[in-house]
This record gives sequence, C-alpha cells and structure tokens, in this order.
Amino acid sequence: MIFGLVQLSYLVASALFIFSLHWMNTPATARKGVYAGVVGTTLAVAATWAEPTVGHHLWIIGAIALGFAVGIPLSMVPLTAVPQRTALSHAFGGVAAGLVGTAEFYLRIAENPGYLTPFRMTALITEIILGYLTFTGSLMATGKLQEVKWVPQRPVTYPGQNVINVALLALAVAIAVAVARTPTAPWAPYVFPVIIALALIFGVLLIIPIGGADMPTVIAILNSYAGLSAVAMGFVLDSKLLITAGALDGSSGLILAIIMCKAMNRSFTNVLFGAFGQVQQAKVGGEEKVYKSETIEGAAQVLEQASFVVIIPGYGMAVAQAQHKVRELYDQLKKRGITVKFAIHPVAGRMPGHMNVLLAEADIPYTDLVEMDEINPDMPQVDVALVVGANDVVNPAARSDKSSPIYGMPIIDADKARSVFAIKRSKNPGFAGIDNELYFADRTWMLFGDAKSVIGELVKELAGGSGMH
Amino acid sequence: MTSDMWATLYVFVLASFIGLGVIRRVSRLLHTPLMSLTNAISAIAVVGAILITGGDYPLRIRILGAVALFASMTNIVSGFLITDRMLKMFKTGDKRPAASGVERS
Repeated sequence: MIFGLVQLSYLVASALFIFSLHWMNTPATARKGVYAGVVGTTLAVAATWAEPTVGHHLWIIGAIALGFAVGIPLSMVPLTAVPQRTALSHAFGGVAAGLVGTAEFYLRIAENPGYLTPFRMTALITEIILGYLTFTGSLMATGKLQEVKWVPQRPVTYPGQNVINVALLALAVAIAVAVARTPTAPWAPYVFPVIIALALIFGVLLIIPIGGADMPTVIAILNSYAGLSAVAMGFVLDSKLLITAGALDGSSGLILAIIMCKAMNRSFTNVLFGAFGQVQQAKVGGEEKVYKSETIEGAAQVLEQASFVVIIPGYGMAVAQAQHKVRELYDQLKKRGITVKFAIHPVAGRMPGHMNVLLAEADIPYTDLVEMDEINPDMPQVDVALVVGANDVVNPAARSDKSSPIYGMPIIDADKARSVFAIKRSKNPGFAGIDNELYFADRTWMLFGDAKSVIGELVKELAGGSGMH
Repeated sequence: MTSDMWATLYVFVLASFIGLGVIRRVSRLLHTPLMSLTNAISAIAVVGAILITGGDYPLRIRILGAVALFASMTNIVSGFLITDRMLKMFKTGDKRPAASGVERS
C-alpha cells in the first residue's frame, strides 16, 4: 500500500517536472512552471520521507533546515552574479550525487553485495566520476566567474596538457572498470577513493585552461554533467523519477551548450581543449585608424530624428551598471513614438539568456528583446544602432576577415544600420585586443565615456530638448 | 533484476527525448531561469540522500547522506526561489506582470 502510494507520487512528480519545463516556453506561463516544480519536488520528498525504512528524522530535518539557511540567501544574489550562483549549484548537485554514490558503494559491499550487478556498478562509477568532477569543475567555474583572487582568470595552459588530462581520466576509468568487475574484491574499498581523487583532480584540470569568454558554454556543459550524474544515481537506486529528472536536466544543459557553441562558431572539443597552445596576439603595427567621435548633443539630435532604433547591449553594459539608464533612454525614445528594440546576441551575457534577465530587471518589456537571428534581416531599415558595452558580437571581421580569431561567429549586423553610435570607455583597444572595424566605419560615430554616464547624459539631453524638467 | 535494468534504460531514453523536445521549445528569453529551474528539478536526487540519511546504517554512511541532503536541499530552495524571482521581472509592454494569472495577492 505504502509502496504503491510512494510510486504514484513519484510518477505524478515526474509528470509535473515535464509540465514545469513545458510551461517555460513563454514568459506568460513560466511562473506556473515553477509552481509545478515545487509541487512535484515536495510530493517526492514527502513520499520518500514516509517510507518505512526512513528514520532519524532529526537528521533529515537538520539537513533540510541547513539547506534552507544557505539556499535562501543564495537566491537573493544580484542578477549579475547569477552565473556564479548557477555554477555553484552545479557543484552542489555534483557533490550530492558523488556522496550518495560513495555511501551506496560502501553500504552495499558491506551488507548486500548481490545488489551491485555489473550494470549498477557501471552506473555507480559513472555517478561518482561525473559527480565529483562536476563538483570541482563547477567550483573552479564559480571562482572564475566571481573573480576570486586565487583562481586564475586567464586560461592556464602548459605543454602536454591534453595528454595529461586524458591520461588521468583514462587511469580513473581503468581503475573504475576493475572495481566494477569485482566490487567484492578485498582491495575494492581501498581503491575506490583513488577514483574519487582522480575525478576531483580531473574536474579542476578540465576548467583551468578555459577562458572567461567560454564560460557560458562551460556552465551549460557542467549543467549537463550534473543532470547525467543524477541519471546515473537513478540507475543505481532503480528510481525512475531520478532518471526522468536527470534526463531533463541533462538534455537542457546539452541544448544550451550547443546553442552557445553555435553562437561562437566553436565546437565542444574546441571549447574544452581549444585553449591549449592557442595564444592570441593583438595585431601590432598597421596604419593608425581614426575614430570619428560625436558629442552628446549631436547624438541626441540624431536619435530624435530616428524612427527605428536598435540598442545592442553587451556585458560591458552590466559591468557599468548602466541598465537602468538604458531603460530611461528607452522611455525617452518611446515617448517620441520611436520604435526601440534590443538586439540580443546569445553570448551577450555570461551565461545563456543572461542579458534578457538583466534587461528585464531594468523593467524593459520582454516583447522588445529580439534575438540576433530575428533582428538581423531588419538591420538595414534601422536608423540608429546604439552599441552599449558590446564589442565582438558586432565586429564585422567575424563575417569578412578570415584571419580574425572570431571569424565565422554569427554577429549582429550593426554595420548595416543607417548610422551607428558606439559607446566605448577609452580609445585603447578592447579586452580581446582585436580591432573592431565597426568603430572605423563611415557610418559609425563613437561616444567616448563610461556607458552609464554617456547614456545618462543622452537621457538628460533628450529630456531637456522636449521641455521635460 | 535484468528487467529492471531494461525498464530504467527505456525510461532514460524516452525521458531524454521528451527533454530535448520540451527544452527546444523553451523561449530563448528564459534560458537563464531555465537553467536554475532544471537545476532545482534535478536536485530531486534529494530522495536518494533521504533514504541514506534516514536508513538504519552506520554513522559515517549517514553523514555522507546528510551532506548530500543538505547540498540537494540548497539547490532545491535557491533554484526555485531565484527562478521565480527572475521570472517575475519579465513583463510585457503594458507593465503588467506576465504571469498575472498565477499572481497571488
């Protein structure tokens, strides 16, 4: 009876999880998706807790209370910090899978070795390797995103890096296979921690050669790993609920990683192993190119005359905390009957979809956030393209210059607009050291200064011009 | 035993196809909340942690379980809360909350 009820709860929870993700297909129903997820999780937790074998309730209550104590503050981080929070949650997911796998292994070899069939052992080993490598890998990613001092920001590379990494993983897998074949061997409990240690080290080594620009992809890949480790746990525990939930998470991470890779014209292997030996060099020399700069007054006048303005934000906008000023500019333009859209490149933020969240926080209606692929055909009709804190994603070299490191990457065609204003902090070359031809184009005018203050002055100018004080 | 194995593999394959189908339709606007939501959902691994923490097992086993339970619970709580917090910010042009249908006052 209890068994039937527990299984029924799991079944309902699985269905709710699928609905939860289904409702994410539009912002209008998305919050319903969260409620479905909460109900499904609560149901499954309650059902498991009701199992007759579950006792030690104080322990469970204590761990759950601690989870709330840490989880609630973690949910209140500023939205610019969401990528690191997400990476940290992958670390938690990974370590949970790893620990449960470890506990299961020692429990079963002591009490019920027959349970550890070759299939379950394979799953268990997969669970712990994926779990622990996701744990340290995600912690490294969190450190890089949070810009923690002792975590190197720049890709760390050394000769033979890939060989060492692959050898390490191969060693872990070889030991794992040996343990999986004879889990009851007397040496197995002593060798098991070696697999854990290798997985932990591998996680660190996997992430250190990866640079900041690839973080959106890495987060998505780690997302997928965390999901797959949950699937493996499901195989070990014969839990179809876990398999379903893990598969949903795993496929989500996979799809997001593919989208990110396409948006940067990179392959998986290139992201994971590409930093090796690839030292980007800023082009030295060449003729001095000349920027045309524009005053705030001039830019405001051009904006006022426009009927279609596209704002192209990059992460630099968020760094300058300029979102709310951008929103004021949006309001000023809208008030004049000007069509204003935001062109969002898939890698505009530091994780998939990040820029949309940052703009939504500034109260910009999501109906005016337009994806790259949808806005590009309209770009020739755009009167003014305003580039705020974006650089590589509007660099025409990606289309034309085969020698450019970003060649082939899909970009927002800002250069096709009738005129372009680009806000840039200084005349120095950008972070990547790549020249951006857009800045030197005939129809481009530069607005030098901090994004927040430039936009602020534009807003003031526009407000003053219309007699609004 | 083997029938269990095949049944679970079926579930995995079918769930992956459902996952790919459903996720592909998720609005690109919502990829960040999607990630925190799937994170909270896959923290359902908490059921494995509960079974171990609550079982009649040696202390060190239950300690592993309790740490896993804490980690999963953190993901569940922070994942759902932050997803909802982000989704609340997505509004249409007329400034009404997008999901006014489920808005509770």
